[in-house]
Amino acid sequence: MSSTTNTTTIGTIGAPSRRNTELALLVFAVIIPVFAYINVGLAKKQEIPAGVFGYALGLALLAGVAHLVVRKWAPYADPLMLPIATLLNGLGLVFIWRLDQEPKITTTNLGGPMAPGQLMWSTLGVALFLGVLILLKDHRVLQRYTYISMVLALALLIAPIFFPPRYGARIWITLPGVGSLQPGEFAKIIIAVFFAGYLMVKRDALALASRRFMGLYLPRGRDLGPILVIWALSLMILVFETDLGTSLLFFGLFVIMLYVATERTSWIVFGLLLSAGGAVAVATFESHVQVRVHNWLNPLELLDGGVTETAQAMYSFGSGGILGSGLGQGYSRLIGGIAPKSDYILATVGEETGLAGLMAVLLLYGLLIERGIRTALAARDPFGKLLAIGLSGAFALQVFVVAGGVTGLIPLTGMTMPFLAQGGSSVIANWALVGILLRISDTARRPAPAPAPSTDAEMTQVVRP
Amino acid sequence: MSELTLTVMRLGFLAVLWLFVIVAVQVIRSDLFGTRVTQRGAARRGGQEARGQRQQAAPPQQRRQEGGRGNNRQRRGAPTKLVVSEGTLQGTTVALQGQTISLGRAHDSTIVLDDDYASSRHARIYPDRDGQWIVEDLGSTNGTYLDRNRLTTPTPIPLGAPIRIGKTVIELRK
Repeated sequence: MSSTTNTTTIGTIGAPSRRNTELALLVFAVIIPVFAYINVGLAKKQEIPAGVFGYALGLALLAGVAHLVVRKWAPYADPLMLPIATLLNGLGLVFIWRLDQEPKITTTNLGGPMAPGQLMWSTLGVALFLGVLILLKDHRVLQRYTYISMVLALALLIAPIFFPPRYGARIWITLPGVGSLQPGEFAKIIIAVFFAGYLMVKRDALALASRRFMGLYLPRGRDLGPILVIWALSLMILVFETDLGTSLLFFGLFVIMLYVATERTSWIVFGLLLSAGGAVAVATFESHVQVRVHNWLNPLELLDGGVTETAQAMYSFGSGGILGSGLGQGYSRLIGGIAPKSDYILATVGEETGLAGLMAVLLLYGLLIERGIRTALAARDPFGKLLAIGLSGAFALQVFVVAGGVTGLIPLTGMTMPFLAQGGSSVIANWALVGILLRISDTARRPAPAPAPSTDAEMTQVVRP
Repeated sequence: MSELTLTVMRLGFLAVLWLFVIVAVQVIRSDLFGTRVTQRGAARRGGQEARGQRQQAAPPQQRRQEGGRGNNRQRRGAPTKLVVSEGTLQGTTVALQGQTISLGRAHDSTIVLDDDYASSRHARIYPDRDGQWIVEDLGSTNGTYLDRNRLTTPTPIPLGAPIRIGKTVIELRK
């Protein structure tokens, strides 16, 4: 046979800008929610809802403006993130509007109809997305604010302690006259900036100064400092704010970024050990956490006249089956309160579009996360890589925590499904997150500047006889 | 609203949702970029023609071997690799698989010569219709030598004959 030396050439393929692909997908992403909207109207009131033109026009306008801004300010950005985010946000609006049609859970006590408010928050979110794209010319600027963002993130995380708890968790701050917001949603972006800047500087020390023990690289004691500090902090969030989700998100995000920065599996092992130990320790004395874990283990236990919400969510998934009951024809109002619009919106999705629809929605989240990680792979600077992995990691953890909680895989925590669930802070923060990811992907996919003229340009020396 | 309409809409919604997912995956599939690693001989310029030629050239017994290893369609006794025997790239080998090999200092050459006496596009080596390897000088400054003779026309390369380009010497081996 010929030769064992299999020679290969390595060249580069420039990414095309793909803006037209994005436009086509965006049209698709606007049509699907409008279709769903009409479907709900037909099912609930036997007529095409009156607001359909306004809704279609509004969504198309938001998507169109976003697309034009991307075309102008981030021409090489990833073509999939914006359409997927638009589709998820549009579907979220439809589901919230659909739940608004249930009089039982739309009383003034519970805040009345929420779709108009959510539409306003979505608009603000898209505005922030555009602001990020226009004002943030280069994501490396964020590197300058490494330690400022640490202070800011800590302040945002600690602030809710001083406000009264709602639904058993202190994750809200109330601004008189403006309303309330969940600072944790914004903190997750800011802390990703801090982790990226910090780990970029320290990763060599964390990766190389270690001893090998039983196949694991044991870091030096002093290098364990940061992970212990973050661990203690996340436990404190768990204890004082009684918020499992935020605490899991921050610690998990740090472990993911540490692993990506150092390529050491030992950090994952340490992270899992620390979080398991911390969670068990806190669960022994924190009643809020105990209740959540108890409900998770015994969903069918009777609780003031009914089963737990976890079991009710299970019932809706079961009632939906494979193909679902059809939009607007489910019974998720039975879950009660505003939970179906916020924490349990996935139960509505699962009931009305069935396993098929729920899987499609989860795949959409998966694709969005995949594009984020692809951006991290393609980014040329270490800070951009770490930031992209951090942002997509935070997004992925949030989706996992919510979807896992609703489907009964892990105890329920008070987080919102990005883009889908009702909640202003969440939708605004996630649009900003997608904006930063698009900015990084624009830099990553932009064709590299032509290499400096090399030996080619020099004259060939002439052999003198 | 009739049951039928609602059922159709329900299934239609699922269909468009999945269609979106599938289209998105297709976009990812066609969106490959970054580093391209090309196996020599598999996908090179003119690969189609070369493949056509080699199928004509291959005698029947050799076709069986093709199934096994893919690209080995050479005649018995034909060179299988190009070896750099002198110069800064000494020891480099390139498998000969029916592709044209360009030599020169230009960084898109198959063999990039780091040699002050070589031109950007110095010479090329390619198989003719019968699978015989030919070397052709591309108008270089200092010329290409086969044994001791400066090349003026494309010339077939005997096995093991040194081809001198500047300070670099290459030869074809089995």
